[in-house]
Amino acid sequence: MSRISGVFAGRKTPAFIGFTVAGDPDKETSLRAAKALIDGGTDILEFGVPFSDPVADGPVIQRADERAIAAGTNPAVVFDLVRQVRGFSDVPVVLLTYYNLVFRRGTDRFYREAAEAGIDGILVADLPYEESDEVAGIAARHGIDPIFLIAPTTTDERIRAIASRARGYLYLVSVLGVTGVRESVDTEAIELLRRVRRHTSLPLAPGFGISTPQHVQTFAEAGADAVIVGSAIVRIVEQYRNEPEVMEEELRSYVRQMKRTG
Amino acid sequence: MEARGRFGKYGGRYVPETLMGALIELEEAYFRVGNDPVFHRRLAELQAEYAGRPTPLTFCANASEELGCRIYLKREDLVHGGSHKLNNTLGQALLAQHMGKKRLIAETGAGQHGVATAIVGAALGMPVEVYMGEVDCRRQALNVFRMELMGAKVIPVRSGTRTLKDAVNEALRDWVANVRDTHYLIGSVIGPHPFPLMVRDFQSVIGREAKEQVRKKEGRLPDAIVACVGGGSNAIGIFTPFINDDLELIGVEAGGKGVVTGEHSATLCAGEPGVLHGTLSYLLQDADGQVLPTHSISAGLDYPGVGPEHAMLKDAGRVTYATANDPEVLEAFSFLSRTEGIIPALESAHAVAWVMQNAGRFDRNDIVIVNLSGRGDKDVAEVARMQGREA
Repeated sequence: MSRISGVFAGRKTPAFIGFTVAGDPDKETSLRAAKALIDGGTDILEFGVPFSDPVADGPVIQRADERAIAAGTNPAVVFDLVRQVRGFSDVPVVLLTYYNLVFRRGTDRFYREAAEAGIDGILVADLPYEESDEVAGIAARHGIDPIFLIAPTTTDERIRAIASRARGYLYLVSVLGVTGVRESVDTEAIELLRRVRRHTSLPLAPGFGISTPQHVQTFAEAGADAVIVGSAIVRIVEQYRNEPEVMEEELRSYVRQMKRTG
Repeated sequence: MEARGRFGKYGGRYVPETLMGALIELEEAYFRVGNDPVFHRRLAELQAEYAGRPTPLTFCANASEELGCRIYLKREDLVHGGSHKLNNTLGQALLAQHMGKKRLIAETGAGQHGVATAIVGAALGMPVEVYMGEVDCRRQALNVFRMELMGAKVIPVRSGTRTLKDAVNEALRDWVANVRDTHYLIGSVIGPHPFPLMVRDFQSVIGREAKEQVRKKEGRLPDAIVACVGGGSNAIGIFTPFINDDLELIGVEAGGKGVVTGEHSATLCAGEPGVLHGTLSYLLQDADGQVLPTHSISAGLDYPGVGPEHAMLKDAGRVTYATANDPEVLEAFSFLSRTEGIIPALESAHAVAWVMQNAGRFDRNDIVIVNLSGRGDKDVAEVARMQGREA
């Protein structure tokens, strides 16, 4: 069983998947943020690899990407960060990246280095099913779970195809749009969850727009296996980036508060 | 479900899952209207009665005399709106309407594609929102005013480098959020399949007309065709009908302050394969794959990517890609204005500049067609400012 599958085995409440941009605002602070998220109870850590043109992301994560790149974060730095996380934690780590960073490094090299660093899964935001054949094969060779997105616009036929290639969990895009904090859970998100469930037994993890315990509650009741929180976390990092102790405390208490529900 | 829309190894569909449904729907609708005589009749009618096609192929007696070869201009500057961009926006807007989409969004650099989208929005009764980098809004203030006059909303983009690349990013983000009722009217042969294919087809009217016109005037095909390349739509449009003929095709990229300075937009001449905005093509990027900032005197060429078909044509050696630097472009801008009374867009002036630099390669009887993709009125104020004058 992979480390990611281990998280979902025998679970009663949704796992908490916490996202932060690797290297935001710099390598050292980013490592402290990751540790605080894990200490607060994060079940799976998602590290965003900063990219110059993150078209799937809203303004909060765009700004984080810019800070991280300005601080010199590149894939090699991200792998190194993960190695450091592995020094104190066995929590599964998933990378969220854009394809050009993988393509440029060479897909095989990227996945090999990721595996060596202790990365468990990789989601390439702009690599849909049709373009993912080669990458999925390489991921399998290096023991990395290929994580895929499913959106409200994804047809049942595509859901079945994607689910047959995906490992680890399926990332359900719960709203049409880019990443970012939203007021409430769209009924469309719940419908999507139920629709995907009919086609697969893979764990289902809604993301995009989730920030409050109420959101978690809603998804828990609808049968989500995990919730993914990104922008709300990145906002805390942004707000307290010059006071790392406060940032750590805020992140720990935020994750605890989100995990109490569900 | 196989990867489709390839030009050799380039092209493809590298987009977040949310957009895949819309791209498949668009591809199907586009292939369907391919065989629909009603659609084509309507498009031909709009091209003739509204856009002003066919555009002339103008022989330039004075420029020919000075440069020592027979120079023709394909006059896309005379298309309604002032550039070739309307060829594509008419086609895509009709298709969007056919698909039942209620709203059009677009990106724009120089503002010419934004203007062409605003035009079709007004003519076909569809609301239009145009994303434009804040830097370009200043460089091309006249076009911002024109778009607003025609009822389009111009949204200044303040992220990233605040130019064309970031306008595409914002338009993609809008599309992801509004994909069900909105058509993203991409302005060049870039983006995910089917855009590079579809935009090429709509722009190929340029080359089809030029081929017929040059045969009529000269009784033969030209020796060379020269066009500027940013995303590459006017170039593909004029090249495509000649692609299997025995003649030279030259694409001219923005050399900016010189390729060696790093301040340029010469993607094919100085870039390497990479993925941006949904397509695998050449890309200006650093060692890690981060997209590099670009520079060009012309906002319309100021883009780090290029259409995937150009990438294939480069590798195959079918098209020669070259550069023209900012000062040469300004010289060409003045030259064509002075000799022919035709003010070229700064984008198109890159093609003119290449002919001026390479005139020695041609004999007196050689025929060279320059695609004059747009008129330069939009650039007059900016050029005057660079010369320290008010216009």
